[in-house]
Amino acid sequence: MSRPSDHYDSPDPAASRAGVAPGDGAGDGSGGDIAQPRLGVVGWLRWFWRQLTSMRTALFLLLLLALAAVPGSLVPQRAADPNGVTQYFVDNPDLAPVLDKIQAFDVYTSVWFSSIYLLLFISLVGCVIPRAKHHFDALRAKPPRTPARLSRLAGFQKRTAEPGTNGAAAIESARALLRKQGYRAVVFTAPGANGSEVTSVSAERGYARETGNLVFHAALVGILITVGVGGGYGFSGQRVLVENGQTFVNTLSAFDSFNPGRFFSESSLTPYSMKLDKFTATYETKADGAFGQPLDYDAQVTTQERGQSDQQSDIKVNSPLRIGGTDVYLLGNGYAPTITVKDPSGTVVFTDSVPFLPQDASLTSVGVVKIPDGLADQLGMIGFFYPTQAVSTTGAFYSTYPDDDYPVLTLNVYDGDLGLNGGKPTSVYSLDTDTLTQLTGGTTGVKSIELKPGDTAQLPNGLGTISFDNVARYASLDIHHDPTQGFVLLFASLALLGLLISLFIPRRRVWVKATERADGTVTLEYAGLARGEDPRLVPAVAEIADRHAKLLSDRSTPESNA
Amino acid sequence: MPLTIDEYSVFFLYAAMAVYAAAFIAFALDLARRSAQVGAGNQVAVDGSVTTRERVLETVGARAGGSTTVASGSGSRGGVAATSATDGDAVTGASAGSTSGAKRSLSLRLGVGFTLIGFLLELTADVLRGIAASRVPWANMYEFSMTGTVLIVGVFLIVITRVDLRFLGTFITGLVLILLGISTVNYYVGVAPLPPALQSAWLVIHVFVASLGTAFFALGFALSGIQLLQYRRESITTGAKFLKLKFLASLPDSKRLENLAYRVNIVGFVFWTFTLIAGAVWAERAWGRYWGWDTKEVWTFIIWVIYAGYIHARATRGWRGSRSAVLAIIGFAAVLFNFGIVNVFFHGLHSYSGL
Ligand code: HEM
Repeated sequence: MSRPSDHYDSPDPAASRAGVAPGDGAGDGSGGDIAQPRLGVVGWLRWFWRQLTSMRTALFLLLLLALAAVPGSLVPQRAADPNGVTQYFVDNPDLAPVLDKIQAFDVYTSVWFSSIYLLLFISLVGCVIPRAKHHFDALRAKPPRTPARLSRLAGFQKRTAEPGTNGAAAIESARALLRKQGYRAVVFTAPGANGSEVTSVSAERGYARETGNLVFHAALVGILITVGVGGGYGFSGQRVLVENGQTFVNTLSAFDSFNPGRFFSESSLTPYSMKLDKFTATYETKADGAFGQPLDYDAQVTTQERGQSDQQSDIKVNSPLRIGGTDVYLLGNGYAPTITVKDPSGTVVFTDSVPFLPQDASLTSVGVVKIPDGLADQLGMIGFFYPTQAVSTTGAFYSTYPDDDYPVLTLNVYDGDLGLNGGKPTSVYSLDTDTLTQLTGGTTGVKSIELKPGDTAQLPNGLGTISFDNVARYASLDIHHDPTQGFVLLFASLALLGLLISLFIPRRRVWVKATERADGTVTLEYAGLARGEDPRLVPAVAEIADRHAKLLSDRSTPESNA
Repeated sequence: MPLTIDEYSVFFLYAAMAVYAAAFIAFALDLARRSAQVGAGNQVAVDGSVTTRERVLETVGARAGGSTTVASGSGSRGGVAATSATDGDAVTGASAGSTSGAKRSLSLRLGVGFTLIGFLLELTADVLRGIAASRVPWANMYEFSMTGTVLIVGVFLIVITRVDLRFLGTFITGLVLILLGISTVNYYVGVAPLPPALQSAWLVIHVFVASLGTAFFALGFALSGIQLLQYRRESITTGAKFLKLKFLASLPDSKRLENLAYRVNIVGFVFWTFTLIAGAVWAERAWGRYWGWDTKEVWTFIIWVIYAGYIHARATRGWRGSRSAVLAIIGFAAVLFNFGIVNVFFHGLHSYSGL
């Protein structure tokens, strides 16, 4: 069978029902299930398979897939927005665990979503394979015999050929004409009513329509498989690089976070190194509605691949750097104030550029400094950085512009146990203040430490000094490796191509029949048959008839002159 | 103070809206006139031309004579041949009939004329906005509303030169007016430079093709909607008045409407497929992954799957006709939702509404 039995163009199963299976072809959903013959296991499997590969099931699964994709847009997803999920748990403490049980935060990898698309793709494969086989046969077969009566078919025309036309010759020229138009054409002869011969040509074109359809569906399978496999071999990792700071080397330990695919092995990391020389952000300076809007981010890096000399490149938002089998994307940026802490004797106990996380469009940023050793107490600090500081009427600080025109750093200092010794992993971006005592800022009555670049201040309780040396920029880079994404693009393009062919190339049959009458005249009949959507069939048949008439008269004119 | 280019653009946009409103009124009058003529027992063709009751009888006679000559020699089957010819391009058939002294509708011609003028004004507004911003005018909600509606009207004007769908004028101008009304009131933003994430050739391609797809889906939506009404009218026994929408009698039958809707929707679907792929390519360049189930990606996918369902429904026994039309309507509802709701209210990486 070429197409599922409930395809619109398949013979009506109600008419050809052989009682093979229960509910087969229950087109109207009623009746059908009376007096089923007993089925063995194989029979049931067969029946099940036919149900699964029917058009109606495919349609149902498609609609179900669309529906099942909706919840993932309503509830934050772990893969795309992990912070959103955490926030959702805070905001909806009762609902969130229930939703989590039904995998509402991982919709697109959930059991239920996966089962829908896997079933759909099984159905797809079950549908495509028999069709491909049938189509392969059809490609080698000849067009079918000319029907006895053409008059009921689309675009039917009957014309009388000019006197002296030979029926067989006329059909031969029709065949040539049709072949030129891309038809596969065969000539048939059959005995006519009064002992004469009826010659006809049966032609068919547009086999590509079905080919395109098969390519389209097969390409979808291709996409599914490559996406599945590619996810397994690839990885994605993040790394923050500060201007003129540390050099990144492409090894596991150098990533701040790393998500390997299932089949990832560390040996697939190609060694290379990368250093951020300079990060430039350009902002709108015109004082209209867009003041302060970013115009360009440019991370200038120096890279080195094994055995090669250094290379300078730029990484921009829409232009990643492709290096060593990985793609490096510029996903974020911010400020990293360089902070130095000294103990009362002047010994440096901490000095680093600490990346702060931007909180708003003017890049007010928050960061954490932890000093576990070297001072009398463990110190933790929560810092606020204002690139262009301003003071509101309430006395609060804020930033008016994202560039560092008037940078100010404020710090709230805490002492106590930083919790670093318990072996529990802690984020460098957060400070657990439960076990700490606040020494400055907030309700302590002691003013927060406030520094401009170059300033130094005393830490509370005579613990030492802190200085804000300068501001550096940092770039946060995503480093990805997906060996199959080229194939995904290839399959997607094939799908598009197949779609175009299958939707816009008409598949049609055309017949031309010549009947010689008793008086020697020849009648020519033309007709066509659409196979699938074919809005232009009738004009096409008419055009063939016109061209054929012209061919015949062109040919007969010189002959009569000679 | 002289007006800025953007202010000129807004001025042209308001002018376009005023002219679209006039077009809407003219198209609505045409439908009213059709209803009145049908109610008076006259025959109204798809192109709005009227054949009065006496003439109806005359032309029917003449046509019967005509069709026998077309299919000379095939006797009683001539009728069949003539019908299949009409099936293929019913519209040419209908307009051919109207040349024989039938009255063409002034309101319909005015409607098309106003639509064309409105289109030129809006196109000017759109181009000026692009000049003011020195980039393509489709980088925020206000701008896509403008470019999207220019494309809807443009596609409509092009399609009616090939197939007579002028009867959709009320719908098209009405839809465009609503969209423009919402967008000028709620989405207007001054000219702003592109943020780095949008600085890509893919903005030009991806968003433009998405808007073009939307324009075709809009036409398909209108046709499917009328198809459903027409189908109800056809299935109600003759004589019963349905919703007083008598003008339906002057429109193509539900089958023809279904075929037209399908032809328009598959064009939209191809553009949408391209949008999906181009979006993935762009996402790979900008965000480092080609697909991440971001809300906007999810909805683009949902729309694509719904229309794939529609195409399947057309090929599934028992689903052709009204059921598949309902799917096309749901599909377009999802398109509007994706544009109007997802862009503004849903969180995601695609935060480009400019609001
Ligand atoms: C991932 C799931 C699927 C998608 C997205 C999909 C999509 C499409 C699209 C867009 C078309 C129209 C273009 C063309 O003719 O090539 C189509 C046609 C078709 N599909 Fe699918 N399909 C899917 C699964 C299936 C399955 C499971 C079956 C078998 C039951 C199937 C059978 C068909 C058939 C027979 C047609 C031709 C329709 C016609 O004759 O007009 N498809 N499909």
